[in-house]
Amino acid sequence: MLLEAPFTEEKIRALRVGDMVEITGVVYTGRDAVHKYLHDGGKPPVNLKDSIIYHCGPVVVKEAGKWVVKAAGPTTSIREEPYQGPLMEQYGIRAVIGKGGMGAKTLQYCQKVGGVYLHAVGGAAQVLAERVVAVKGVHLAEKFGSPEAIWEFQVERFPAVVTMDSHGGSLHAQVLEESAAKFKQLLG
Amino acid sequence: MDARALQKNLLELIRRTSAELPTDVVRAVEAGARKEKAGSNARYALEVIRDNIVMAKDKSQPLCQDTGTIICYAELPKWCDERTFRSAYEKAVVEATRVGYLRQNSVDSVTGANSGDNLGPGNPSFHFHQATGRALTVRMMLKGGGCENVSSQYSLPDTKLGAGRDLEGVRRVVLDSVLQAQGKGCGPGILGVCIGGDRGMGYVAAKETLFRELDDTNEDPRLAKLEKRIMKEGNSLGIGPMGFGGATTLLGVKFTHRNRVPASFFVSIAYMCWAFRRNGFVLSEGGRITRWLYDS
Ligand code: SF4
Repeated sequence: MLLEAPFTEEKIRALRVGDMVEITGVVYTGRDAVHKYLHDGGKPPVNLKDSIIYHCGPVVVKEAGKWVVKAAGPTTSIREEPYQGPLMEQYGIRAVIGKGGMGAKTLQYCQKVGGVYLHAVGGAAQVLAERVVAVKGVHLAEKFGSPEAIWEFQVERFPAVVTMDSHGGSLHAQVLEESAAKFKQLLG
Repeated sequence: MDARALQKNLLELIRRTSAELPTDVVRAVEAGARKEKAGSNARYALEVIRDNIVMAKDKSQPLCQDTGTIICYAELPKWCDERTFRSAYEKAVVEATRVGYLRQNSVDSVTGANSGDNLGPGNPSFHFHQATGRALTVRMMLKGGGCENVSSQYSLPDTKLGAGRDLEGVRRVVLDSVLQAQGKGCGPGILGVCIGGDRGMGYVAAKETLFRELDDTNEDPRLAKLEKRIMKEGNSLGIGPMGFGGATTLLGVKFTHRNRVPASFFVSIAYMCWAFRRNGFVLSEGGRITRWLYDS
C-alpha cells in the first residue's frame, strides 16, 4: 500500500504489523551521530514534525554539480534504541526506517506517540538507492561526515514492511517467540 | 611476471565479487522466493533481493553498501612470491576503493580512524598457500559486518542446550545459533560450520567451507547427512528472510571438521548473509585468466 506525505498520526495509526508499504515523500537519514547529537540537546536543522527518519549511511557523490545516491540500504537500528523513543516524542517523528527491528522501549513510544517501525530489506543498496529520486539537502555534514549527516531524500515508492506498529504489535517479538517454540520442539 | 597485469586482473576480480553474485546463490534466492506464499512479507523481501542482484550487476555497483571484510586466499606458484602478490592485491584494493567497488571499510581499532583505502593491520585478510602446479589460483570473499556480528562459537558440552560432545550436540548448538541470529544477519543465511580445532582455526575453517558450491554434497557422508538435517530443521524455525517469518531461513549449510585437543570441543559457525559475495580465478604464468571459479 502507498504511504504518502504528509505522514499524519492518523495515517500512521492505521498501519499494522505485516503491512507492506511504499513510501513517497521526504525522509531524513540519521544514524549514530545524529541520534546522539539530538539526544544531547542539539538543535535539529530540519523540522522533524510528522517526519520519517531513515537509519542509513548512504553513499552520495556529486556528478556534474548534482548529488547522486549510489547506495542507500538500511543500517542496524538497535544501536539507537536508547534514544529513539524519546526523540520521537520530543520532535514528533512519526516513523523510523531501518533493519533488524528495535526493542521494547521504542515499541512503547510507538504506542504512546503514534509511531511505526518500517523494516527495509537489508543489503538492497541498489534497489533502495533507485527509489531516492532527488537529494533535497544535506545537514551537519561538516560536523559528522557524509555517511553520518542528515540527508534530505525525496523518495518515491520506497519499499518497506511495518514490523512494529502503534498498537503494541511487533513482528520481531512474534517471530522470535514462534521460532523459539519450534526450536524447543526440535530439541525434544 | 607482469605485476601490472596481475593488478588489473585482481581489480576485475574485486569488481565482479562486489557487483555480481555467483549463480548458485542467485538460484537459491529464486528457489526460496518460489517457496514463499504470494503476497507474503517473505516473498516480497526475496523479490526485492532478486531485483537488487540484477540491478547491481547491470550497473556494476556494489550489491550491498557494506562491502565487508576483504578475505583473500592465494595459491602461489614458484613464479609469484608472497610479497609481489600482496603488493599487487593491495594496489587493486586501493583502486577499487577509489572507484567505488569497495566502501571505505577499514577502521583503526584503537583510534577509530578510517584508513580511507581499506588497508591497515589485518586488512585485507590474506591466506597464502603454495600451489602444486604452474597456475596461480585466487579466491576472495567479502564478508559483511551485520552477518559477522551474528556468527558464533560454542564450547561443548553446553548444559543449557543439553549439547554433549557428539554430532547431536553439534546439531543443537548450530540450530541455537540460527535462532539467536533471527533476521539480524540479513538472512536468508548460509552457514559455514567447523567442528573442532582451536578457537582461531575453527572460525577460519568455517569461513573456508563457504567457498563450496551451495548445491554440492559433502564428501563425508556423516557431515552430508547433518548438513541436510540442519538445512531442513533451520528452515522449519520459520524465521524467514529478514526475520519477517517464512520458509526460507537458510540458503545453505556447509560443515567441515578439524582435530581438537582432548580438553576442548569448539563448534564455530560463520553466518553469511544473502549478499554472499565470493569469486576467484585461475591465472596462467603468461598472466591470462584461464578460468573463473564461479559463474556470475
Ligand atoms: S549483513 Fe550482508 S546484506 Fe546485510 S548489510 Fe551487511 S553485508 Fe549487506
